[in-house]
Amino acid sequence: MAVHALWQRSVIPGFGLTLGITLSYLGLIVIIPLCVMFFKAADAGWAKFLAELTSPRTLAAFRVSFGIAFLAAFINAIFGFIVAWVIVRYDFPGRRFVDSLIDLPFALPTAVAGIALTSLYSVHGWLGAPLAAIGITAAFTPLGILIALVFVGLPFVVRTVEPVLLDFDRELEESAAMLGASRTSILFRVVFPPLLPALMTGFTLAFARAIGEYGSVIFIAGNIPGYSEIVPLLIVIKLEQFDYAGATVIATMMLVASFILLLAINLLQAWTRRRQGG
Amino acid sequence: MRDPYCKAKGWAIPALLSLLVSAAQADTTLLNASYDPTRRFYSVFNQAFAALWKAERGEKVSIYQSHTGSGAQARSVSFGLEADVVTLALAYDIDAIAQRAGLLPKDWQERLPDNSAPYTSTIVFLVRKGNPKQIRDWSDLVKDGVGIVTPNPKTSGGARWNHLAAWGYALRISGNDENRARDFIARLYRNAPVLDTGARGATITFTRRDIGDVLIAWENEALLVTNEVSPGAFEVVVPSTSILAEPPVAVVDKVVDRRGTREVAEAYLKFLYSAEGQDLAGRFFFRPRQARAMDKFRDRFVKLELMTIDQFGGWAQAQKVHFTDDGIFDQIQRPGARQ
Amino acid sequence: MVDLAPPADLVADDSARRIASPLPLTESFATRVALILVALFFLMVFLILPLVVVFAEALRQGIGAYGAALIEPNAVAAIELTLLTALIVVPLNAAFGIAAAWAITKFNFPGKNLLITLIDLPFSVSPVIGGMVFVLLFGAQGLFGPLLTAHGIKIVFAIPGIVIATLFVTLPFVARELIPLMQKQGTQQEEAALMLGASGWQTLWRVTLPNIKWSLLYGILLCNGRAIGEFGAVAVVSGHIIGLTNTMPLQVEVLYNDYAFAAAFAVASLLTLMALATLALKTWLEWRAGTPVARTRL
Repeated sequence: MAVHALWQRSVIPGFGLTLGITLSYLGLIVIIPLCVMFFKAADAGWAKFLAELTSPRTLAAFRVSFGIAFLAAFINAIFGFIVAWVIVRYDFPGRRFVDSLIDLPFALPTAVAGIALTSLYSVHGWLGAPLAAIGITAAFTPLGILIALVFVGLPFVVRTVEPVLLDFDRELEESAAMLGASRTSILFRVVFPPLLPALMTGFTLAFARAIGEYGSVIFIAGNIPGYSEIVPLLIVIKLEQFDYAGATVIATMMLVASFILLLAINLLQAWTRRRQGG
Repeated sequence: MRDPYCKAKGWAIPALLSLLVSAAQADTTLLNASYDPTRRFYSVFNQAFAALWKAERGEKVSIYQSHTGSGAQARSVSFGLEADVVTLALAYDIDAIAQRAGLLPKDWQERLPDNSAPYTSTIVFLVRKGNPKQIRDWSDLVKDGVGIVTPNPKTSGGARWNHLAAWGYALRISGNDENRARDFIARLYRNAPVLDTGARGATITFTRRDIGDVLIAWENEALLVTNEVSPGAFEVVVPSTSILAEPPVAVVDKVVDRRGTREVAEAYLKFLYSAEGQDLAGRFFFRPRQARAMDKFRDRFVKLELMTIDQFGGWAQAQKVHFTDDGIFDQIQRPGARQ
Repeated sequence: MVDLAPPADLVADDSARRIASPLPLTESFATRVALILVALFFLMVFLILPLVVVFAEALRQGIGAYGAALIEPNAVAAIELTLLTALIVVPLNAAFGIAAAWAITKFNFPGKNLLITLIDLPFSVSPVIGGMVFVLLFGAQGLFGPLLTAHGIKIVFAIPGIVIATLFVTLPFVARELIPLMQKQGTQQEEAALMLGASGWQTLWRVTLPNIKWSLLYGILLCNGRAIGEFGAVAVVSGHIIGLTNTMPLQVEVLYNDYAFAAAFAVASLLTLMALATLALKTWLEWRAGTPVARTRL
């Protein structure tokens, strides 16, 4: 049936049309605008690039954005795993309700999340007041940024681990149990390893989302340059000053850094999968 | 054969139609591109003007507002934001629109009374209740351990008035020694952890985010906070000397001629000078020009010694020396320069 | 869990021990309770409380003020603009999603994986960048700036800019839902239909779409949710013209920055209700589809 040509001739029509629509739409809305940005950044010249690359303010913003995003994704990996485990493996009142609520950070507009979290964690807020009583300031500090980023990344780990957990073959556990393994041993040697790739995927997704997050962070962050200023905000500030060159340079730096990090995580994941012979 | 895109068209057509219909019915609209702290004032002012216009002309006029830092706003208008009138923080920003984009004539400032500034304001300090750091005057701002909140002079008009007022004070106490003034200003910015885009942003940073010990603010912004927003939580401290700030207004000729709104735009700005307009200005803590309105609100304004922009050689000169690329502000920001 | 102790006559000598105690097929009761509590506490702090605080703050000044905030002209204009944007963006991205999924899953061609990666791009780019690229293209100083100004066309600082920026940000949603599913479904049914004499459009309409119905709806739901709630990209291209180029999320920011907190939360509560409706619809879709629809990809 198949013709071994470069384009496999198929009896199904519409290749030209759909590919054409896809490429032109994608080209117009995504590719060309992004290319324009790269050209503009390149246009800025090496001097500007290096100046931004070494500017203390820019470097601090990258530390804040990437560092706190990493920590937030890590927290989400731990607690998201627990949540997924609890929802799939156990039964308790309200389980279904909780399960459907997990996607809330995905559906809720970021600005709403921003003002809600700020209200909660400000010094007079429901959670901010008890924290202040023990000497912790949450709102308008990097801790506030962490909280916001944990919120936006919450569904990613849960939703990537859940299906794998659901499909998990219980017989493996049962075999291990019958062979005399303790529960802890079963958990760490039989159950967790196959879940690790999914966990890493979830971590990666949460990390990527947290790096670029803007709306929920700018309300609760202090936005102090060098301390609690995130990269997207720095880009917006440059735009407001009409420093397009600076803005595009920083945006390009951000995309390159994200790309490298995600690539690294993906390679790590592939290596992990290979190690398990999976 | 049914066209699968029939449904999509079915949605689009009513949506587009309603858009067109509402556009056709659009009565006159004006866009007022303003600076950051004037939101509440223009909200009420616009309603008053619309009522007046309806009563006098029987026409409905809808006025839209855009607010951001004065410098940023000027650039937006130069780059295509279609504002019928601009009501900005300082004359230079409107000059920039005239020069850069040619949207209005260079002699725009003479077209309305009082240098086209229907009200004035000045620069004061806002401190937290009880004034814990004992801020009394400009020299207290440069002390170690004092956190200052002021906006970014590159985008904000208020920030530039702040900067010049501080500069003027520094020149005065140092006997016109420019180097000592430079040092003073550098220490001032060193005490400023964050520079917001606009004056309102700075106010929010100080009052909501609890950052800093003192906000260098428009007088009207500070009085708004102590009188309406958070009475009791903050205090106004008036320094020994400050600057006379004259926020000007102008019609954007090219835009009003293209849109056919010149008459209503000019009437809109004239309304600022009317008794009702002046009264509104006073109500929102601006210093009205008219004697009668000023009398009414006299007790909310402290009399203080005010320098004027002329002492700095006018705005063009001040902008060039202080705020353009590589001006004094840029020089201070360079790492190593802030010792 | 079921106790799987094997019958006595089949086990080895130390089986007595095994029959007496059940196999460790699940964690101890204490562990389970602890884990459930930890999970619930985590979700309470990060999900439930923010939800509740939105409504608590919105109603802080009473139901009268709440209602007034929602019928205030600028709020109404923001609601209209938000809905208009969603109305334009969602059908376009849905059509794109179907076309892209068809091209990718029904045919083989070089560069397919690259295409999938490209479609995913807006998902991994910060929304601020999503807005910025259009300012660079269509702003007065941008690539097409002079051309647009010459013809009096406004894109940036006006509604078209908001629509395009939202289009960018929500582009992958429908495609991402459809591609894995259609890959799994393969081409057999379509080929069968075509052999039987159906035209391409008929095949699409009568064979493919019914098969992907639930995933399509789910993708549209996600696309819609994001289109309504987008903030970063729109903030960059909007002219900050209150009552004209403010979507609901932008209006929330404007109100918040003008100290009108109760009003800001009132508009936010409306957005929250829309989000909750999205979640409810999603749950219903999953129930109708019989399997958790979202489980293939996020």
